[in-house]
Amino acid sequence: MTDELKDLGMLVARGQVSRRDFLGRAAALGLAAPLATSLLSSTVLAAGPNKGGHMKLGMNGGTSADSLDPATFASSIPFTFGRVWGETLTETSPVDGSPVPVLAESWEASPDAKSWRFKIRKGVTFHNGKEMTADDVVATLLRHSDDDAKSGALGVMKTIQGIKKDGDDGVLVTLDSGNADLPYMLSDYHLIIQPGGGVEEPAAGIGTGPYKVSVNEPGVRYAAERHEGHWREGVGHADSVEILVINDLTARMAALTSGQVHMINRVDPKTIGLLKRAPTVSIENTAGRGHYVFIMHTDKEPFLNTDLRLALKHAMNREQMVEQILRGYGTVGNDFPINAAYANFSDDIPQRTFDPDKAKFHFKKSGHDGAVLLRTSNAAFNGAEDAAVLFQQSCSQAGIQIEIKREPADGYWSNVWNVQPFCTSYWGGRPTQDQMYSVAYQTGADWNDTKWSRPAFDELLVAARAELDEARRKELYREMALMVRDDGGLILPMFNDFIAAVSKKVGGYVHDAGGEMSNGFAPIRAWLA
Amino acid sequence: MSNASTSPPASKGSAGGFFSSNPLLALILQRIFLGFILLLAISALLFIGIEVLPGDFAQAYLGQSATPEAIANIRKELGLDAPLLERYFGWLGGVLQGDFGTSWANKASVSEQIGKRLGNTLFLAFWAAVVSVPLAIGLGMIAVHYRNRFIDRLINVISLAAISLPEFFTGYLLILFFAVNWGIAIFPSTVFADMSFGDRLAAIALPCATLVLVVLAHMMRMTRAAILNIMSSAYIETAELKGLDAFRIIAKHAAPNAIAPIINVVALNLAYLVVGVVVVEVIFVYPGMGQYLVDAVTIRDMPVVQACGLVFAAVYIILNMLADVLGILANPRLRHPK
Repeated sequence: MTDELKDLGMLVARGQVSRRDFLGRAAALGLAAPLATSLLSSTVLAAGPNKGGHMKLGMNGGTSADSLDPATFASSIPFTFGRVWGETLTETSPVDGSPVPVLAESWEASPDAKSWRFKIRKGVTFHNGKEMTADDVVATLLRHSDDDAKSGALGVMKTIQGIKKDGDDGVLVTLDSGNADLPYMLSDYHLIIQPGGGVEEPAAGIGTGPYKVSVNEPGVRYAAERHEGHWREGVGHADSVEILVINDLTARMAALTSGQVHMINRVDPKTIGLLKRAPTVSIENTAGRGHYVFIMHTDKEPFLNTDLRLALKHAMNREQMVEQILRGYGTVGNDFPINAAYANFSDDIPQRTFDPDKAKFHFKKSGHDGAVLLRTSNAAFNGAEDAAVLFQQSCSQAGIQIEIKREPADGYWSNVWNVQPFCTSYWGGRPTQDQMYSVAYQTGADWNDTKWSRPAFDELLVAARAELDEARRKELYREMALMVRDDGGLILPMFNDFIAAVSKKVGGYVHDAGGEMSNGFAPIRAWLA
Repeated sequence: MSNASTSPPASKGSAGGFFSSNPLLALILQRIFLGFILLLAISALLFIGIEVLPGDFAQAYLGQSATPEAIANIRKELGLDAPLLERYFGWLGGVLQGDFGTSWANKASVSEQIGKRLGNTLFLAFWAAVVSVPLAIGLGMIAVHYRNRFIDRLINVISLAAISLPEFFTGYLLILFFAVNWGIAIFPSTVFADMSFGDRLAAIALPCATLVLVVLAHMMRMTRAAILNIMSSAYIETAELKGLDAFRIIAKHAAPNAIAPIINVVALNLAYLVVGVVVVEVIFVYPGMGQYLVDAVTIRDMPVVQACGLVFAAVYIILNMLADVLGILANPRLRHPK
């Protein structure tokens, strides 16, 4: 039995079997997941990462307008390239999503989770030869807290009250209210530690990452060479890394199948069948936190009525959505924005299923008369218009009439989303449950796109945020999930996978729910066999 | 000018006299002046067109995170709250001094960016022209020589088939066979600053071939038609009767008289090589003007869109003007007006 698994493990190491398939086979052979995971990692390590070579990625998500200033990172390529040349204080573990120490060696919190001390790692050098110190960390964090820097991490930094140096190797962070998630928040990809905080030259591209920037041609290509003397084992296997901006999907697929690049991102589920036929390519899909939603404003007619909301939730055929809109590359949702990709997720909440009878019952009880107007556009997510039609059909089985209004993609986010009472939309997810709920479900949040407001929920949110006891915290989050699921204005039919395609020459591709391309770490975690 | 004596006596020093004694120069200057007026009109059209387009930079840039305050901030920062005319003349004044403003998205100078991108586009267009123009004219002559025979038909059918396929499809076919199946060509065709000349040429092989296939048929058929037209005239018959060999007749006697329409169609196609490459550049991931324009359009980066539009318009107008002027120079009746 273990021999077979070892063989499989070797295949994983060579990139011929995905981690997920391995775990599936292990489960079939009656092996518990944690044991299988440790077995896998030991086999993979035994096969060893191969050093050397020139790793090339062809990616969507970059334009000539991009900059190397981490504060401005907004699309996939700056995000991924940032991982190549820079490092943050913490990272999230691909296994369970917990925070992992990187430039911060360790941390400790006061009992109320208001005051945190981070111990900064010693002996780490920037690419310009200078040693990284607590001063650089303080300056970086202060820069991202400043309104003028227009940092993408400003939302995260807003809750921080004070940042100061504490001794030679410590940074003290104080918050205005307790937050047990601070170490997660500091893994934000904008918060790359730069010499002097990047105040002088924000776009210099100098960090502590495993590679030094050698080419920066925004919208065309980026390249980086190994930074000799990088402190960390286990990352940065290739000699050099190159990212080509290939925004056209067909061109990306051709570049991969012709062997010109080793990895591509954002494969369309519609064409995945064609790509699978190529003998040199494997598909790496990872369940992430992103989700596609139908949102109802709970403060506007007709959605003031809880029964109407429930009727529509029961009338959603989730399996069909995953099958037809995502072609199976996703998982069903349960009307709250959290899935197993989050820490402290409760997997015992009953799955809501398509139930025309229940939908009929609630619809009748709501007393609603006539059609319900749903606005949609493919700007909301790829296939949103088709998803609306599928929903219309499943609703009609429950005797609910849906009227679909197609809106122009231009201005969808300003004229429809967060404005009209019922529309399709998407969320990219957030690193923690607290952030996801704070950004879109708390009373008065700017992006509370269901206009749902429950004081009891807000209180739970604050209590869970400051709770350092994991078990208690999980219990609080379970309660909140149930409130959103049964009362909120959210219909969440599906979580979409990140789909990357990788050449069989690549080993060590790690599935990471944190973001696409192994949470941006693919070029430094994987190696060329 | 041999015929200058027949024109009215020139009054010395006056511009009118200068032009009437140099009618050709007058004609050319007139064309250049008209071209300039046309460009000015296009700049106004571009500005207004972009103004009335739906969608807005602030909205596109901020996406889901567009709050009314954030949008107002960005609009103010970019000076979009100023009246239309003021913005237009401000922009036009800059353009006349070679300054296309700064990109809204990354605050970089548009002129500088366009400099690099235009260089790449012209490089591709130049090599496509170097291959396609002699090829088209040569094939046209061969087709005339073997007119209505097998070779003529073959050339016709192949070039027509090439032009009938949309260029993105031609591009994908070339990628499929040469890059994916046989692995003998380089893809993607990204070129960059520190690339050697040879590598550059190798990189552009596929997009160049695509462009050649697209423009070939048009030029070839025009060459063939123009020369055939001349071939039926009496002096060609005389040349034939003199016993000159067929290719010599076509090249030396027929072609020069057919040159005007050929120049016209060549110029049009050259213009197409520069301004029509948007799709080809995107498919082959070639960092030229086309891709720059597409990037800018997706995020509504208007200074870049305007600048690209104007550069494309200028290329088109200049090449057409050149065709006109060369057409005049090639025609003795226009060269020596009565």
